[in-house]
Amino acid sequence: MTEYQLRIQRYDPEQDDTPRLQRYTVSGDHTTSVLDALLSLQQQQDPTLALRWSCRMAICGSCGVMVNGIPKLGCKTFLRDYNGVIDIAPLAHFAVEKDLIVDMTPFLAHLSAIQPYLINDKDDKAPHKQTPAQLAKYQQFSNCINCGLCYAACPQFGLNPEFLGPAAITLAQRYNLDSRDNGKASRMSQLNGNNGAWGCTFVGSCSEVCPKQLDPAAAVNQAKVESAKDFIINLFKI
Amino acid sequence: MQTLHTDIVVVGGGGAGLRAAIAAAEADAGLHISLLSKVYPMRSHTVAAEGGAAAVTLAADSAAAHFSDTVTGSDWLAEQDVVEFFVKHAYQELVQLEHWGCPWSRKQDGSIQVRRFGGMKTERTWFAADKTGFHILHTLFQTSLKYPAIQRLDEYLVLDLLREDNRVCGVVALVLNSGDLVLIKAKSVILATGGAGRVFHYNTNGGIVTGDGMALAFRHGVALRDMEFVQYHPTGLPGSGILITEACRGEGAVLVNKHGYRYLQDYGLGPETPLGHPQNKQMELGPRDKLSQAFWHEQQAGRTDEYNGHAVVYLDLRHLSRAHLQQRLPFICELAQAYVNVDPASALIPIRPAVHYTMGGIMTDINCQTTLQGLYAVGECASVGLHGANRLGSNSLSELLVFGRVAGEQAALHARTCQGSNNDTWSAAQYQRQGQQLSRCFGSNKDDSVARLRQAMTLAMEQGCGIYRDTDGLTQCQQQLQALQARYQNLKVTDTSKVFNNELVQYLELGFSLDVAQAICAAALARTESRGAHQRRDSGMTARDDKSFLQHSLAYYQAGAEPILSWQDVSITSLPPAERRYGSALETALNTAEQAADAGAKHD
Repeated sequence: MTEYQLRIQRYDPEQDDTPRLQRYTVSGDHTTSVLDALLSLQQQQDPTLALRWSCRMAICGSCGVMVNGIPKLGCKTFLRDYNGVIDIAPLAHFAVEKDLIVDMTPFLAHLSAIQPYLINDKDDKAPHKQTPAQLAKYQQFSNCINCGLCYAACPQFGLNPEFLGPAAITLAQRYNLDSRDNGKASRMSQLNGNNGAWGCTFVGSCSEVCPKQLDPAAAVNQAKVESAKDFIINLFKI
Repeated sequence: MQTLHTDIVVVGGGGAGLRAAIAAAEADAGLHISLLSKVYPMRSHTVAAEGGAAAVTLAADSAAAHFSDTVTGSDWLAEQDVVEFFVKHAYQELVQLEHWGCPWSRKQDGSIQVRRFGGMKTERTWFAADKTGFHILHTLFQTSLKYPAIQRLDEYLVLDLLREDNRVCGVVALVLNSGDLVLIKAKSVILATGGAGRVFHYNTNGGIVTGDGMALAFRHGVALRDMEFVQYHPTGLPGSGILITEACRGEGAVLVNKHGYRYLQDYGLGPETPLGHPQNKQMELGPRDKLSQAFWHEQQAGRTDEYNGHAVVYLDLRHLSRAHLQQRLPFICELAQAYVNVDPASALIPIRPAVHYTMGGIMTDINCQTTLQGLYAVGECASVGLHGANRLGSNSLSELLVFGRVAGEQAALHARTCQGSNNDTWSAAQYQRQGQQLSRCFGSNKDDSVARLRQAMTLAMEQGCGIYRDTDGLTQCQQQLQALQARYQNLKVTDTSKVFNNELVQYLELGFSLDVAQAICAAALARTESRGAHQRRDSGMTARDDKSFLQHSLAYYQAGAEPILSWQDVSITSLPPAERRYGSALETALNTAEQAADAGAKHD
């Protein structure tokens, strides 16, 4: 077992005017994740530490935090990969509710805004045909676990919370690229707007931090191409 | 007092809850549906299901075959009328999900691909790579956003049901981001809160799987049925219990002990199948209860290896190509790499059984209706009667769709036809009582804590209610649980904050878990036979005893005392109890049956 120093950003809205830093020492081995460390702190040293978590296998998307300033899933980030004091803070660009818990409401609102469901008029009882090649076009973008790390990494979302952001634009592309969907036209109004794909300045941090290697930046770029096409097509309609 | 008025409250935003909410919204767009969950819906544990969802799909398959596999797998404790309904409706529900956008894996021609699964005679498991639960959950969640009738109450924890005599008329919930109590009045309440795997120490479940809904119904006099049947999944990662899907074995992975020997052939599942040629219902594709029990025997015999202090055997996928693994089992590759530092294409994955699923739960009829008017239950928290003594892998994802829809439709029908409660004084009194109870739980502890007590519970359950059980172990577990209940009565929550008080939530969850643990232990002690996932080592109890125990156990809550047990007949429609056979024994039995049928035909 090795001793690790953690410096955790704490904030209790009932007590604190501003966030404060608190230091803890935890012991861990080569398997100990940041989440394991936080839970052992909570169980053995400080039950008042507030965080979200559940599956501890990188699929439920609950436990995103900043580790040394970089958005990470707590359950898939390991103490063994760090030297010195490890800084843990709530996800950037979201309002902090308490300690490591942030307000995910804007994130969910953006997801909902892009109509994230199949839109078509199929009414027979048979399954659609969809070849592996057609599936492959959107499959990667369907793997988003809604952890919010890309929003914490996105400078544009930091500046403008109305920006739809990487996950929502990726989800829009996921449905736009689905061979079973006819809803692209109605999603384009969201993607074309100032807070849509053009809000992105292509920094690409979203893809760097995505714990599922979804490449949201590629989805956003594709959405820009679609939006440009949409613009030109509309020009000819006038 | 904060009060919300709605028509239907769905408690739990996992697969079952979301499917129920959508069904209710489709049944009547005029109804107000409140979808309440202690976490955001996409965090629910459905997300972690990997392998797939079963439905009769291939031309060579039949409803009768799926029925027979399920009943046999259940060791004849499934409600056969429920199984008939289930196998008949599973396919249309998977197609419905396809219409809603689920990215099911496909064959080259674009039709649905099915894979092999344990205890299933034919390939009938639909899958979305090895993240089927994830895709089902997200598809349902995203689809639910289409329905304005569904109003989400994210991060609300239900503390109690509102009950008037024999009917339920809402819930009292804690709003986690404010610490406020809210009274939610409704005509129908659907419990879809998932299982209780976290009452055990080593499990595949997320931290939220604490048996809340089971305890809520139990405390109001609804029976918990068949609670002794707890499924150990044969392949969890050592220590963490992280799930390594059965689909690995469906794709051809094999299990070996520390000598590299495929030990399952010694446990009635052989003969050994050639590498890369898995056979349905044979060897690694036997049912989960048999596989976990085989591990136990290997461990007793000293043929397991050790990994970080845990006894393990190995899952071997090396003979499957890297490309195949990346296509069919990408999540498994990711998990093995991250959590045990193994590349499955080139090395063995250490695995061991871990608690995975509670077969039992809140007793309901085939319409998901409990014995309280207006109260429905569905999914893992419920016992509709599908799984009996052992669930077959890939039946539960289909279950939450088939019965989620039933629960939603039934709750909608009830909400349309029943008179809401007008007794505001009564519900206000229940609200006040909850508030008082809550305010009394804060204080300081001498030398106890929520975390300590929880760990004592999970270890006691692991020790006493594990893969094999005996009277001494169960009795000891029962006494430990009683002592823990006594400690719980004096336990205090030290964090007095209101906003996102994690300690308070864990304290409340522990209260639910302890009640459920007592029901599991009491039912296990009362069932003095061995059936499915419940195996007794006491002499005279090691075999199935249909004469005395072709019966569901029903546990009834007694405040401050052990649950009272009673028994209920099993519905048998067309498949009378017989021996469960897998591997070559199944082959022989089928041949004999066919010969007998041929001989019969010749006589006609």
